[in-house]
Amino acid sequence: MKRVAHALACSGELQFAGLLVVSLSLPLFAGPATVIQNATVLTVTKGTFHGSILIRDGKIVEAGEKVLTPEGARVIDASGQYVMPGIIDCHSHIAADSINEGAVAVSSMVGIEDVLNPEDPDIYRALAGGVTTANILHGSANPIGGKCMVLKMRWGKDAQGMIFQGAPPSIKFALGENVKRSGSPSGGFGATPGLRYPATRMGVEDVIREAFTRARAYQKEWSDYQAKVDRHESAVPPRRDLQLEPLVEVLEGKRYVHAHCYRADEILMLLRVADDFGFKIRTLQHVLEGYKVAKEIAAHGTGASTFSDWWAYKAEAYDAIPYNAAMLVRAGVLTSVNSDSAELMRHLNTEAAKAMKYGGLNETEALSLVTINPAKQMGIDQHVGSIEPGKDADLTIFDKHPLSNYAKVTKVFIDGDLYFDRDKDLEERPGKEIRKKALVDKLKAQEKKERKKPEQSEKKDEDPGRQQ
Amino acid sequence: MYYYASVSMKPLVAMLLAAASATLYAQAPGPIALRGARVVTVSGPVLEKGTVLLRNGLIEAVGENVDLPKDAWVVEGQGVTVYPGLIDALSTVGLPETPASQPQAGRTPAAPTFGPQGPVEPLEQGPQFRPSTTTWIRAADLLNPADTRIEVTRSAGFTSVAAFPSSGIFAGEGAFLNLSGEKQGRMVVASPVGQYATLSSRGFGTYPGSLMGVIAYIRQVSLDADHYQLEMQAYAGHPAGHKRPNYDRAVEGLLESPRLLLPADNAVQIDRMLHFAAELKRPAVLYGGHAAYAVADKVAQSKTPLLIDLKWPERSKDADPDQPDSMRTLELRDRAPSAPAALEKAGARFAFYSGGTAAKDIRKAVKRAIDAGLPEAAAVRALTLSAAEIYGVADRVGSIEPGKIANLLVVKGNLFDEKTKIEYVFIDGVKYEPAPEAPPGERGGRPEPGGLQ
Repeated sequence: MKRVAHALACSGELQFAGLLVVSLSLPLFAGPATVIQNATVLTVTKGTFHGSILIRDGKIVEAGEKVLTPEGARVIDASGQYVMPGIIDCHSHIAADSINEGAVAVSSMVGIEDVLNPEDPDIYRALAGGVTTANILHGSANPIGGKCMVLKMRWGKDAQGMIFQGAPPSIKFALGENVKRSGSPSGGFGATPGLRYPATRMGVEDVIREAFTRARAYQKEWSDYQAKVDRHESAVPPRRDLQLEPLVEVLEGKRYVHAHCYRADEILMLLRVADDFGFKIRTLQHVLEGYKVAKEIAAHGTGASTFSDWWAYKAEAYDAIPYNAAMLVRAGVLTSVNSDSAELMRHLNTEAAKAMKYGGLNETEALSLVTINPAKQMGIDQHVGSIEPGKDADLTIFDKHPLSNYAKVTKVFIDGDLYFDRDKDLEERPGKEIRKKALVDKLKAQEKKERKKPEQSEKKDEDPGRQQ
Repeated sequence: MYYYASVSMKPLVAMLLAAASATLYAQAPGPIALRGARVVTVSGPVLEKGTVLLRNGLIEAVGENVDLPKDAWVVEGQGVTVYPGLIDALSTVGLPETPASQPQAGRTPAAPTFGPQGPVEPLEQGPQFRPSTTTWIRAADLLNPADTRIEVTRSAGFTSVAAFPSSGIFAGEGAFLNLSGEKQGRMVVASPVGQYATLSSRGFGTYPGSLMGVIAYIRQVSLDADHYQLEMQAYAGHPAGHKRPNYDRAVEGLLESPRLLLPADNAVQIDRMLHFAAELKRPAVLYGGHAAYAVADKVAQSKTPLLIDLKWPERSKDADPDQPDSMRTLELRDRAPSAPAALEKAGARFAFYSGGTAAKDIRKAVKRAIDAGLPEAAAVRALTLSAAEIYGVADRVGSIEPGKIANLLVVKGNLFDEKTKIEYVFIDGVKYEPAPEAPPGERGGRPEPGGLQ
């Protein structure tokens, strides 16, 4: 209360500290209107200015040098700080209880939505790195993987509450070593002693072509049925095939394809296959040799989502160069930089910044790699990815320019609600430690009491019910 | 203390019962009256001085004033409490360890072999295959009355169990059993009462090899069942001139199961399975439920019953002492016994199952839930009538009401007092005294259902 009293007397940052003390639960500011003041605002699409952002009902209402603060609005003073659109990660594997369904070459029947884990602490850690939205992808164990899920990092919400409503559905494809290694007799992660097809890059192409050939037949089965229904003939609907349904959606342009790939030859292969079947690859993921075939990628209208400088972890990742992102951008490819890692995810701002050093992108182009560009690739750019009136109030505040590696995230808003606050986090840590210690001691005492009891037989063996 | 009508009659009763079980089992003993006992009917008010009259294996009358027939064996119930027989809502008691008729479901991963090796399954198994599926296996067909666990469980006050085959993704159809343990046919109260599903994946090498693979597989089988019904109905209406659909025992087994049992222990899993059950549009029952304290309202709203594992989570004895548990794990350990109280408060439907807790320790485990806020009456209900309701057998067991099966538990004092001993149980009107001591190997490492992956 002392701090609140101070806040009333003082201005600026102290006032903010006062607000923090009185607001205890997440989301901290679920109210009618919020204004972030005195910030350097990096809109990404509409330039950079010094001013304010007005938020209401989870949306950005106004952003500009002079924004009127409505009466009763909560004011957040961001003097000396930088506001940018919440960072968007086009390739992540956090927040899910399983990632790979690797035993089949086509696992399109599985989906991340079924195994979301909103209690994964990596969600909070991603928030602490300024990420507000991420595409959670199936792994790369098979040519056609499972369905992906776009999430907002709404830490504390349940699985349904995490889902980015309105994001188009998508699916993971994968090419190259991971896929064919699944059939390697010599072992390694995902190796199947029984040699699962495919074992070569030729086989990968065949698996994809075969799957879409089956999908076309399945599509026809349903259109024939629909025709019968339209003619008022009696007919039993075809069996629903959960493996082929998502592929029909791909053929019909209703489901995006995010394809894991490395080498130039396999990239061109996939683009040809897609052309043959009349669908588009939405993004090429990793695409470390993308710079070699940037023109072809641009011609297909495919996006590229790459690493800044992560490579050489396997043979197909040897021909990588840090200029990849910038070269793809210059070739006219919609390009993003992703994490594919719960750790990298926490500093995507500096990952983007590397494209300035390697390839000479300007600040806005660099920031676009982790904001508006991935938003476009995921089909959610009408909602997020830049600071514009009407878009979701997904905002990250940095204490320094986000392209500096000294910058730290101070606050993160999603839908106008505060989901991460660095000061609050630090402030709460000692209390959390104390609570945890108390709980540990309580359980230890309980355990001791239980063990002292005369009936020793009950402690003899481990729970047999857990062995399945 | 309680007394038989005549003290000298005691050995006579014992003799008669022994004779009955040896030779005349099918014929229930004459009417038996428990007089002047505290009767916890569960469905109605507690009778402080009530009488329960049993005849022909059924409860004939219950009340403060019951006219007793002349030929009734009268047991004076002073100081005695009569409860409905307890029900273990999820168990494998009475089932053989490896069901003889259980075929090998799916292939076992093995090194590649050459030459003729018998039937070879295709290497890649997509959703059209039925891995880890034995939906059609029926617990009722597999009963082993010689299972020593029957007596152990009975000795702990249980008169019935819901027994399920437990291995595989779709393990098979469960049966509601009376633990009389003499004749298979007499043991079955109802069958099938549900289909037991697990989310156990088969490892990276075989489909489904992941949690999401198992979920997708269950979804596909459920859709296939719907489609199968359509096809079969269409064909039955017009067989002439139409192609005959294939018989599919996997979906047959699912279709004849009145409910699907799905595992869900922590809050994320419970939320996930509630959504999944709603999507499948099949009546579902969740089992596990330790973190239900965090999602009690969701469970109540869904109206999906929850079976709570009485094996409360504890720190593994092999746990690395230097590896600290997460706050969430600690909270689960601390608060799991409060889950039943939270569910009761929220108005959710729930029952208890042993989950690997030794039968004799079950009451102690329930006591922890009572200590954590569960009203005692609710605890009794969860061990009796609620379990019966969840399995659709509340019209015959679960409470002390005229017409119901004479499954009773008789104790001296209060069921949940640590010192209270089980005096005897009645199952189908037949009295069973607890075994003097649990035979060794009672917890013989046999996996109980309800284990979570």
